[in-house]
Amino acid sequence: MLTPSDLDALVVTLKLALCTTALLLVTGTPIAWWLAHAKFKGKFLVEAVVALPLVLPPTVLGFYLLLTLGSQGANLAFSFPGLVIGSMIYSLPFVVQPLQNAFISVGRRPLEVAATLGASPLDRFFTVAVPLARPGFLTATVLGFAHTVGEFGVVLMIGGNIPGETQVLSIAIYDHVESMEYAQAHWISGGLLFFSFVLLALIYAVNKRVQVVDS
Amino acid sequence: MSLRAKFQLLRGDFQLNADLDLPADAVTAFFGPSGCGKTSLLRAIAGLDHHPHSFLQVGEQVWQDKKTFLPPHQRAVGYVFQESSLFEHLSVGGNLAYARKRAFGDTPHFSQSHLTHLLGLENLMHRRPSELSGGERRRVSMARALSVNPRLLLFDEPMSGLDAQRKKELFPYFDALHEELRIPILYVSHSADEVARLADYLVFIEGGAVAGSGSIQDMLTRLDLPLAAGPDAESLIEGTVKHWDEVYGLAQLQTAAGSFSVVHPELPCGARVRLGVAAKDVSLTLNPQSDTSILNRFPATVEALTAYGTAQMTVRLQVGDALLLARITRKSADTLGLQTGQSLYAQVKSVALLF
Repeated sequence: MLTPSDLDALVVTLKLALCTTALLLVTGTPIAWWLAHAKFKGKFLVEAVVALPLVLPPTVLGFYLLLTLGSQGANLAFSFPGLVIGSMIYSLPFVVQPLQNAFISVGRRPLEVAATLGASPLDRFFTVAVPLARPGFLTATVLGFAHTVGEFGVVLMIGGNIPGETQVLSIAIYDHVESMEYAQAHWISGGLLFFSFVLLALIYAVNKRVQVVDS
Repeated sequence: MSLRAKFQLLRGDFQLNADLDLPADAVTAFFGPSGCGKTSLLRAIAGLDHHPHSFLQVGEQVWQDKKTFLPPHQRAVGYVFQESSLFEHLSVGGNLAYARKRAFGDTPHFSQSHLTHLLGLENLMHRRPSELSGGERRRVSMARALSVNPRLLLFDEPMSGLDAQRKKELFPYFDALHEELRIPILYVSHSADEVARLADYLVFIEGGAVAGSGSIQDMLTRLDLPLAAGPDAESLIEGTVKHWDEVYGLAQLQTAAGSFSVVHPELPCGARVRLGVAAKDVSLTLNPQSDTSILNRFPATVEALTAYGTAQMTVRLQVGDALLLARITRKSADTLGLQTGQSLYAQVKSVALLF
């Protein structure tokens, strides 16, 4: 079964995923809205930057983050806040892209309708755009959360392996395998596999239902 | 409350200059070929698009000029969009409540219950938009636009995509609204049937400009506009039912042209009707005729005439206070020696009651 340090890693992992997802929803929503609606010349460049973490080796991202975070006055490397910042960058496309697609598929018409019904821009964002983009928010939340739970390279580079502080489950698995503790590694790996499958099945089930209702 | 608008719409190759002064409590139709800018004009009036160098005044209030541009949510307009565009995440009742919560001014045109009754929505309030038929969606959309208590009502092809039967079912709801509302209604359409049935006033848009505007009766019979130049050219006459002759099954109508007899199942006395008279169903004689099977005969004056193709003429006639079109052969016109100002008699072979 899980050792006390594994449980610590589980708590750190969940805390990290929760903080990262919450902060990403807050910061990613305006970015997604802007990318969905703004028309400007260099938009493809911004989109490419947002998508970078999808293709970049996490160690590359971690390396630059280590340099950046380590050089600040308040040293954020090897700390939980540093880990949150790293995870936010690492999971950014997983939150921004579903939201951007959702806002695009909502389109301008419902917002124009709301405007003619007397709704101010902020009012129509919260009462029309957000409810209609609900499947996108669900996908963004689940993908952001699951992807953060699964990160390894970035954490290894900027978080290190401090139990109870920066040690997450994926690192714990690595440690167990290194020490030939395959039973422990099995428990955590199997748990993560199951959890990821359930989350993804949930997204597909809910989004499918939403589409059926709306069509 | 009238509406003054001066718009200069420019986008790419497209251009439209419109200078309009529209009546207060009438239905004004923006009519013209597809792509002439009717919808763009409506969007500009609602503030959905911002066109500089434009001016818009509704009643006493300036909505747009050099310095002012009221954003759409501060304009008291009710906008009925094409395809009705209901909020899919809200029920019918939720759609109406959304508008009511954000309504302009204090005294609503209608109470909520009266409005739902007027548009026949009582049994639909809990339905989702996806569960409504096309006609029901249009009615909900109209009710929602009215729930914001607008000072101006805009319809953008509200009946597009509906078949003739569904359209016909919507007309009475439209009449009921028009009857009770005292605000300008602007109606965009490219369907001549809808316009003939609903509009009081017509703005004809063509080639990037307003080609003409005036009462629907005048506009339909103006020989300088393409409206009277088609094979289906017709004129409109307003009237009321005087009485119904049960012996012959004829409705007697009092109209601006005089008394009309129309074959029709029983009609209630006092009902207001609109008659459509096709130009090809009107013939002309120099002398009054009594030995004819045609019932509707009126003294008329030739106002204007123009060629229609090579063999025919279109004649605009003043009949009492009404305007009538007649389509006759050029040969007949020559034989009768038709000229402007001439007095003669018009015989109307058949009329259509527009419902």
